[in-house]
Amino acid sequence: MSPYDEKIKAEEVKAEMLKAYPTKVARKRARQIILNEVQAGDVVPEIKANTRTIPGIITMRGCSYAGCKGVVLGPTRDIVHITHGPIGCSFYSWLTRRNQTRPEKATDANYMPYALSTDMQEEQIIFGGEKKLKQAIDEAVALFNPKAIGIYATCPVGLIGDDVHAVAREMEEKYPHINIFGFSCEGYKGVSQSAGHHIANNKVFTDVVGLTHNRKPGKFVVNLLGEYNIGGDAFEIDRIFEKCGITVQATFSGNSVYEEFISAHMADLNMVMCHRSINYMADMMEKKYGIPWFKVNFIGAESTAKSLRKLADYYGDKELTARIETVIAEEMPAVKIVQDEIKPRCEGKIAMMFVGGSRAHHYQDLFNEIGMKTVSAGYEFAHRDDYEGRKVLPSIEVDADTRNIEELTVQPDPQSYKARLDETRKTTLAAKGMALNDYEGMMAQMDNGSLVIDDLNHHEAEVLIEKYHPDIFCAGVKEKYVVQKYGIPMKQLHSYDYGGPYAGFKGAVNFYKEIDRMINTKIWGMIKAPWDIHPQVVAKYGWE
Amino acid sequence: MLLRHTPKEIVERSALTVNPAKTCQPIGAMYAALGIHKCLPHSHGSQGCCAYHRSALTRHYKEPVMAGTSSFTEGASVFGGQANLLEAIQNIFTIYQPDVIAVHTTCLSETIGDDISQITGKAQEEGKIPAGKYVIRASTPSYVGSHVTGFANMVKGMVEVFSGASDEKEDQINVIPGFVEPSDMAEVKRITREMGIQAVAFPDTSEVLNTPQTGRYEMYPKGGTTIPELKSTGRSRHTLALGQLASGPAAKLLDAKCKVPCTLLNLPIGLRNTDIFIETLRQVTGASVPEALRLERGQLLDVITDMHQYFYGKKVALAGDPDHLVALTQFLKDLDMDVRHVLTGTPGKKFVNRIAEITGPNVNAYEAKDMLYFHQLIKNEPVDLILGNTYAKYIARDEDIPLVRTGFPIYDRIGHQYFPLFGYQGGLRFLERILNALMDRQDRDAPEETFELVM
Repeated sequence: MSPYDEKIKAEEVKAEMLKAYPTKVARKRARQIILNEVQAGDVVPEIKANTRTIPGIITMRGCSYAGCKGVVLGPTRDIVHITHGPIGCSFYSWLTRRNQTRPEKATDANYMPYALSTDMQEEQIIFGGEKKLKQAIDEAVALFNPKAIGIYATCPVGLIGDDVHAVAREMEEKYPHINIFGFSCEGYKGVSQSAGHHIANNKVFTDVVGLTHNRKPGKFVVNLLGEYNIGGDAFEIDRIFEKCGITVQATFSGNSVYEEFISAHMADLNMVMCHRSINYMADMMEKKYGIPWFKVNFIGAESTAKSLRKLADYYGDKELTARIETVIAEEMPAVKIVQDEIKPRCEGKIAMMFVGGSRAHHYQDLFNEIGMKTVSAGYEFAHRDDYEGRKVLPSIEVDADTRNIEELTVQPDPQSYKARLDETRKTTLAAKGMALNDYEGMMAQMDNGSLVIDDLNHHEAEVLIEKYHPDIFCAGVKEKYVVQKYGIPMKQLHSYDYGGPYAGFKGAVNFYKEIDRMINTKIWGMIKAPWDIHPQVVAKYGWE
Repeated sequence: MLLRHTPKEIVERSALTVNPAKTCQPIGAMYAALGIHKCLPHSHGSQGCCAYHRSALTRHYKEPVMAGTSSFTEGASVFGGQANLLEAIQNIFTIYQPDVIAVHTTCLSETIGDDISQITGKAQEEGKIPAGKYVIRASTPSYVGSHVTGFANMVKGMVEVFSGASDEKEDQINVIPGFVEPSDMAEVKRITREMGIQAVAFPDTSEVLNTPQTGRYEMYPKGGTTIPELKSTGRSRHTLALGQLASGPAAKLLDAKCKVPCTLLNLPIGLRNTDIFIETLRQVTGASVPEALRLERGQLLDVITDMHQYFYGKKVALAGDPDHLVALTQFLKDLDMDVRHVLTGTPGKKFVNRIAEITGPNVNAYEAKDMLYFHQLIKNEPVDLILGNTYAKYIARDEDIPLVRTGFPIYDRIGHQYFPLFGYQGGLRFLERILNALMDRQDRDAPEETFELVM
């Protein structure tokens, strides 16, 4: 289709989506379903994001607890996570996110296979649950004696007035060798998981980061923020870094340990993968410790190479630059072989993706590498800056739901603040086109006429599938089998369908092969039985 | 070791649950509601509850699981969720057009005291419920009972709204299959059909959560108990409630409300409990047992006698839900297996006695305990076989004990959607799975000289 036709089609699809809605719903959704149009200076249309999901709408979104305990803190293996609430929240966040972890020794702490809960009963709802929480902490200490304990508040906790922070302080006095901290991440906070990310970032920043000052050995020491090691992505990134001679001080939070968090401020630089879930941390560490950050994307071989070169530019070290170029040169041929084999079978096919706060952007790069185009994409819980770029931050309206999430005021630390870059270096980097502390957002990269949809819901997904017949659709487990019933392959980009890694060079190869398998399998052509293809039967008896 | 921090020594805990052997009420209510034809479950609480329940059910069934949510924010949590629920009801009927919305509560809406009967009444008054459409409801606070309680409460909610008392009885019975798989619900219907009995099975998730691939997505699949069927339950002559915990409350309500007498039975798992189920069907309806079922019974019995040596004396540990555990324990005892540990996270003191009645006092039976405790019991007294859900695989791997997956959730294998555990054929398949697990283990571990060709 010509770009003109594409635009008409997108407009028709949008109208079709809105048609089914009551007026109030249609009005709100119209501002969240946007036809992309990139103008000079990467100016894109405004999209409504990070606002409430309308009650009754079948949404993909989850809650603040899921964002806090499930996403940000969950992947850390040696913090004991206690969920304070009725049993469900702890049960559902028990190992379901596939954050891989690899303790070095058989005796090292690994609490990830354990789900801890106060299993609140009616008695605690009526008389308060702090006593039970304290007792639970005693019992957790007796069982595990960990370095750190996180307490996660679920919906009823805030309502009945339990103070998880006061309990944390009290129990820390009792167990001075254990860092105990609470998260007010009740499920009703904010409008999605996103609120939970922010709450998690705040507490880790105030109570964990900066407690010790151990810098790992190495010339180039960086943090990787917003990489949660689903399917082993962080392992592949670590492999590449090691080859390049880069030391990872801390990853937030895939395959991470507490010791790395507490000295994370000793790094030279923060590289941000998932902008949505961790940009607060990057921002606060820059203000308090003077650590600059930039956005990276290790999803896609070309994107990985680009991110590594960005790192080389940042340091401006000849040896590092040369080494990075050598690594890229070493890794790329294996990628190209698979790319060349698979591309002819995938070229021109169309994809859609609706996930998270960054994956719906990152994975477009991977699809591009095998000639596939993303005609529609959107995030589940992102904010306007993830779509339109951080340049829109000052113009984002702060509504009541956002105001309820604490925004920390951060000052430079008198002891530990150290500007990593002087003004001259900053100017040089800017001249080279290095965007520090910035993210351009998803829309600037997408074609004109593509449909960008925030908080896509079930009805809209159905319209998209029926109107576009995409060759592949990417979202989460709740959407997986809806899409596949249509006879269209569906790739989960949260859990990776229990595969991966898809990051880095090896991950790209895995992904190309996976998409080729999914799109080109014979099975989609076998849905119709022979008697449905040719329903007319002439003969009376088969053997006549 | 994955569970490397689990100590062998048991220290009783009173406040901390580690690795739960239950989950919360709303998921059971959501599952039950999916067993009504053209019903959309609705979670009155934060979005996360709905997302978690849908994800868990989807992982277990590998099928679409649709449900709405009231999407509470901080404002709704403070001022009450009435506006959210009213808006949700209107939006759902307009956009998704179900025949029934089945609203269940959450710990959040229960804690703030939302009265969903009053709110759905208001929706009715305001004309938000179209003619011929229904909103049913269940109060399912997550801080009481377990997922099984939530299932029972929603089934009770179906009786509350749909079942009407009538002096005109129909020649039919009700069967409430319990918190079991779609395949089990289908098996209940097949058995009654084989016997020529007119039966209403509710709820019924068969052909809802095991639908075929047709290239067309149906938001409301073919399966599920229909509204006319549900309405007719008050005119049935009898109710068989399978599983005391999951089906008992609805059956008792049908008796009280519509004077439909009920019989509470164990789940028809294994020889003895299937015998009791079929004998009760015969007694209640006067139907005779057809040749087809006699054949199936004989085949199950035949395999038990043929393979008895592989079952005899084998030590088993079971974790799961009470209704299942009672029936499974009976089956295992009838195979002369040695039931060592039986544990559920669902609270209820009666459970321990019911297990002991089957096994005798020499058993570790526990209610309201967790999987860490279960693991510790196994460490202290090892077993030959574990029956439990997917989470038991971490224990099975660490302790190197074969696991046969039973119960909920099963995230890592298929089969439960399609092949029943109920009935003689379900028993037969279950035996096959147990034998495969035990005999594969024997083959793996046998010294070369006793590696058997024929077993």
